[in-house]
Amino acid sequence: MSLSLSINGEQHEITCDPTTPLAYVLRNALKLKGTKIGCGLEQCGACAVLVDGEVALSCSAAVEQFVGKEIVTIEGVGATEIGARVQDAFVAETAAQCGYCTSGLVVAATALISDGRGTDRAETVEALDQHLCRCGSHPRVLRAIERAAKAS
Amino acid sequence: MNIDDYPKVSDWIELRQGRICVHSGKVDIGQRISTALIRIASRELTSPADQIDVSEVRTDQAPDEGITSGSNSVEHSGRAVGLAATTLRAELARLAAAQLGVDAEEISFEDGAITHRATNQKIAIIDLMDEVSPDLMIDTKATFAHATDVPVGAPFMRGMAEMVKGEFTFVHDIDLPEMLHARVVRPPHALSHLENLDQAYVDKLSESGMQVLRDGSFLAIAGPSEWHVIQAAERLQARCQWSKADLPTDDVFARLTPENATRFNVVDGTPQKGPLPPTLEQVDYSARYQRPYQLHGALAPSAACAEWRDNTLHVMSHSQGIYPLRESMADSLGLAIEDVVITHVPGSGCYGHNGADDAAFEAALIAHEIPDTPILLKWSRADEHAWEPFAPAMAVDLAAKLDEAGKITSYTADAFSDTHRGRPRPGPDKAGPARLLSNRFRADPMDPYVGTPNMNKQGGMHRNLDPIYDFPERRLTKNLVTGLPHRTSALRCLGAAANIFALESFMDELRLKADRDPFDYRLSQLEDPRSRDVLTELQARVAALPVPAPGEGRGIAYAQYKNAMTRVGICVDLEVTDEAEVRLKRAVIVADAGRIVDRDGLMAQLEGGFIQGASWALYEQVTWDWEGIQSRDWDSYPVMRFGNVPPIDVHLIEPEGVPSAGAGEASPSPTIAAIANAIFEASAIRVRQMPFTPEAIMQAAMDE
Repeated sequence: MSLSLSINGEQHEITCDPTTPLAYVLRNALKLKGTKIGCGLEQCGACAVLVDGEVALSCSAAVEQFVGKEIVTIEGVGATEIGARVQDAFVAETAAQCGYCTSGLVVAATALISDGRGTDRAETVEALDQHLCRCGSHPRVLRAIERAAKAS
Repeated sequence: MNIDDYPKVSDWIELRQGRICVHSGKVDIGQRISTALIRIASRELTSPADQIDVSEVRTDQAPDEGITSGSNSVEHSGRAVGLAATTLRAELARLAAAQLGVDAEEISFEDGAITHRATNQKIAIIDLMDEVSPDLMIDTKATFAHATDVPVGAPFMRGMAEMVKGEFTFVHDIDLPEMLHARVVRPPHALSHLENLDQAYVDKLSESGMQVLRDGSFLAIAGPSEWHVIQAAERLQARCQWSKADLPTDDVFARLTPENATRFNVVDGTPQKGPLPPTLEQVDYSARYQRPYQLHGALAPSAACAEWRDNTLHVMSHSQGIYPLRESMADSLGLAIEDVVITHVPGSGCYGHNGADDAAFEAALIAHEIPDTPILLKWSRADEHAWEPFAPAMAVDLAAKLDEAGKITSYTADAFSDTHRGRPRPGPDKAGPARLLSNRFRADPMDPYVGTPNMNKQGGMHRNLDPIYDFPERRLTKNLVTGLPHRTSALRCLGAAANIFALESFMDELRLKADRDPFDYRLSQLEDPRSRDVLTELQARVAALPVPAPGEGRGIAYAQYKNAMTRVGICVDLEVTDEAEVRLKRAVIVADAGRIVDRDGLMAQLEGGFIQGASWALYEQVTWDWEGIQSRDWDSYPVMRFGNVPPIDVHLIEPEGVPSAGAGEASPSPTIAAIANAIFEASAIRVRQMPFTPEAIMQAAMDE
């Protein structure tokens, strides 16, 4: 089946099983490998992308649900001023160890700050509740988000 | 596996495509060893960090440094690279002096160039490196040009800039022409095997372009579409008949007793053959502390890419030990060792021996059957949770005799667990292959590996069994119990997690019994000056903190990893809610890791270790019933989330003139004890079994 998807500002025609979860389409059909799959169960946040500006998990939801929506992946996040600032802030705070959770966290942080938030620690923590980090970079991630939010 | 085996400068540092390239057999598993090695080379040569690369670790190219574990990377690889760089610096000075026709004393190094001070003539190090003999031997007695840390500017971590853009390549991201995706179809649990395959369904899968491979009870699917392979694997699993043998569900802790154990006297951290220490009679105080089976729980399930081409098996793996893995894989497949080439490609943080090696072998099994085709095997989340080698359940029995002031005069510690050493190291009786998961399920199945006692100093379960304190008499026993229901291996800290949880909880119980301050009680029995400095510094910092509010508690703990590496003191403030939930409020860490190579990296390891230790302490435990492992995802195996991570203040003490000490595993163990001690301060409930869930805290309250 052929589907039309808007990803990082470009329209893509894709032929695939429409029930395939979005993350597999991004990674395999479009070779956008920055979106990570950690569980396939919507439990860890590694696969977060932006859908119409909101954080959405992409490892389980069928690709057909994303037709007609604006999808932004980690590869496209840096194109916005806020996204680029979040990326710089993560680098400045070395807010990663292995980096597997980083894509999802950068995406989530970009959505948060784009929404005018990110300076209130409790609010940020709540927004990141669905994101797991096993290396323990949490304090640095929180600092990075505050750094990027304050610069906004 | 060190300078003795790789004695040339070029084994560790060479010029490659106009850049300085550092070789190491240690793999970067998120502990930032690559960054540390770049810093070490940069410091000696003065070349900016961005002019230096770390080469990929490949079995046919890099120095064989065995396994990346035990917080040894900076001490081993770092020392070798440092000495190679220092030797290289002296040689470059000699060559530059000859070229400029000046005396070697008249030149200096700055920003990757050599300058003749009098004339300001400069030669770039990179331009001179071609002239260095590839046979130049490392001067193992060289003294470092920079004995202490030099300013290194902003934090820098190799790969960080790529990670934030999604451009950092993990093994999961490998994408090769003609590559097939693969999944293993697993039995319900470790004692179950494949009785009947649904051939009609297999035929249907074949018609749709997928290949089903069977070797006994090892069953796998490969195909061009990752998603279709995942779905097919789930359906095939449900359509197969698996044998119904039950997984034992009796209480594992009840089996962690002397009667079931092979026992060793431990002296100075080392197990001894021979008589056990006599039992301590008429003890004044005793307690038992327990840790359940726990997971490495990597964020990315294990994966590997393998291809069988030209009679050589090419494997890309995130294993921590690609050299021993190569031997065990070759042995399992009847290949010569040199016919297996493994390249390390990053996975997510592993924290020890997780499913990486098993996945590499499984990818190889599949690739061997489908030649000239790259096979990318990924484990599912349930595969990782249910089939990775767990950290063994562990119990520690402590008892003491006390003097009138409440100080310990005689101390006895018994540690009980299954093996912490399940890595596929080659050894007698095919010990390597026996430790690769799928060899248990192939047509000629190998029996589960039965752990043999680790007799190394500060090895497996007896790591940190020997207290750092100066108790006049100590009787330490290692108790290896095998035949337990689950496969186990090395998780960050090994036995230290349970041993330090036990010792530092015990110290807290005894200081309360003696009505002593937690710092003073410890310091009164601790002579090591650097340990005292860490505790005294922590004491001063804690004294400046606000007093905990009602319902809150403050706990401390201290440990020196392996009694030889980084010293860490930790203070935790927390609240125990009315629902018996533990809310972490604040952590203070004081650490002495000797000479600091990568300050930011060191702090990251200490913080990350605190968070992992807190996650073990509060949330993590493997659960199972007769049908199999029940904790198969992040709901059934909860871990630390952002909501309970407190502010963590890290303070580093760097005494002059001491070498670097490994720090990757220094903070988790005292974290567990500090939390247990703080829970007591907050609630008057003593928790002696991890994890300290609301149910466990309420149960402990009822037991008292």
